[in-house]
Amino acid sequence: MSLLFKNRERSSGANQRKLSFIQKIRSFFISHLRQWLSSLGSIWRDPMPSILTIAVLGVSLTLPATLYVVVKNAESVEQNWQSAAEISLFLQDELNQQQLSTFIKQVELNHKVDKVRLISKDDALAEFEQESGFGDALNLLDSNPLPNVLVVAPLPEFSSASAAKDLLTELEQMREVDFGKLDIEWLRRLNALLSMVNTALSSLVILLCISVVLIVGNTIRLSIANRKEEIEVLKLVGATDSFIQRPFLYTGLWYGFFAGMLAWFSIEILLLFLASSIEKLTELYHSNFSLAGLSIGEMFILLGISMLLGWLGSFIVVRQQIKQIEPELG
Amino acid sequence: MIQFEQVSKTYRGGHQALQKISFEIKAGEMAFLTGHSGAGKSTLLKLISIMERPSTGKVLINGHDLSQINRRQIPYVRRDIGMIFQNHHLLKEQTVFDNVALPLIIEGYSLKETKKRVHAALDKVGLLDKQRYYPVMLSGGEQQRVGIARAVVNTPPILLADEPTGNLDPKLSLDIMRIFEEFNRVGTSVFIATHDLGLIARMKYRTLTLKQGRMLTSNLADDEGEV
Repeated sequence: MSLLFKNRERSSGANQRKLSFIQKIRSFFISHLRQWLSSLGSIWRDPMPSILTIAVLGVSLTLPATLYVVVKNAESVEQNWQSAAEISLFLQDELNQQQLSTFIKQVELNHKVDKVRLISKDDALAEFEQESGFGDALNLLDSNPLPNVLVVAPLPEFSSASAAKDLLTELEQMREVDFGKLDIEWLRRLNALLSMVNTALSSLVILLCISVVLIVGNTIRLSIANRKEEIEVLKLVGATDSFIQRPFLYTGLWYGFFAGMLAWFSIEILLLFLASSIEKLTELYHSNFSLAGLSIGEMFILLGISMLLGWLGSFIVVRQQIKQIEPELG
Repeated sequence: MIQFEQVSKTYRGGHQALQKISFEIKAGEMAFLTGHSGAGKSTLLKLISIMERPSTGKVLINGHDLSQINRRQIPYVRRDIGMIFQNHHLLKEQTVFDNVALPLIIEGYSLKETKKRVHAALDKVGLLDKQRYYPVMLSGGEQQRVGIARAVVNTPPILLADEPTGNLDPKLSLDIMRIFEEFNRVGTSVFIATHDLGLIARMKYRTLTLKQGRMLTSNLADDEGEV
């Protein structure tokens, strides 16, 4: 493209300055590819500053990603606990056998209830005798002081803290029930705790992402300052600002890519360390919990986010910085 | 081709570099610009390549007023002006070939066309056998010739040179001038700023003389005695 010499393209016969549309598209992609690779090459040639930057970025990204893995696992554990929510209904003492079985039927038919289990007062006493070691003392009592207890397990969709609470109030209304008990306080506390951790995590993630952007921006700013002479030469021979900017934008993208890879490796290594100790812990709790790392999809999301952040950090400084550099003669 | 109309340039701080300069260099002409250091030679060249803008007056290239060129269009103007500098302005980390190919890569030439043109340009300055060298491995004169090859590789209609022979001995200087003459012979306008009066005297081209920002003469070198 010639601005001042419109007829130059045609006049200088053999020169073929004018490129066809297809050639332009092709040269656009070739030029991008070239700069994409050359930005990788320039990282390779002078690796020290890049390695340091990438290490800092990698650590910055590892932290939120690790926290994410922790929350993810905590949530899956919490889900297991959620479904363990059970309601204990302590029944009126004066119910006869007939009334009792009708009541049990009635509760069983409730659409929110999965299954029920009756712990009769005699069973409860026997169990208490066995477990507590008060057997002889209990023999002194003239009647069984324990009530019949009906343990109600709600369907999974009604086993969350609030839904189970609703079910409890509903069941408590029934004549046969003395009072009901749902030990959900701890569940609610856990819920609140997890949502607090989630909020704290999101603000932490935002802060760390900002720091990634700033770190990349600062590194790119320095590397632009280092290559001031080269940029001047490029400007003198007619390079547009966007042509000069591109390698720096690609460098930011590469930083993000390597930092994301580093973060991913760090998490995998961290999990490897944790896995064996967690296995011991879960064995003690007779739980079938297994530690989940980042899935392939999440790994790509991590890479995508880190590349985006790298690019963004570069983008923020590159325009301003390159605009400022003007060539000098002599 | 290059036309100045009553051009003045005052830098920030009040230093008046150029005062009411008017002259024209015709298409295909070769001319010298001379004067002591600080006389305004560099400022004048900067106005042509839009590194600076005039305070008053107009600079025209091929009839186009450069004040109409906005910031984003400047690179496209510079592609039509081959520039050669006293300190070469070569990229140290790239080979001679890559240095010369730079303007073509920027313009998006194909690899084949780039190779062809770079070889032709290096051949003209006699450095075809050194295309894989790095600039530090070359002598001053050779580096200057690489700079010239880069300036002409995309066959611009205008060549500007700022003290192209500044650091060279007379023999090498003359060689460089012969190369400029060759390009001039095929129709390129050549405008060379130099304080090497002896060199100018040996070549019969028009000489523009600047003194403290004013144009003294705009005569042919044949009219001796005025310089």
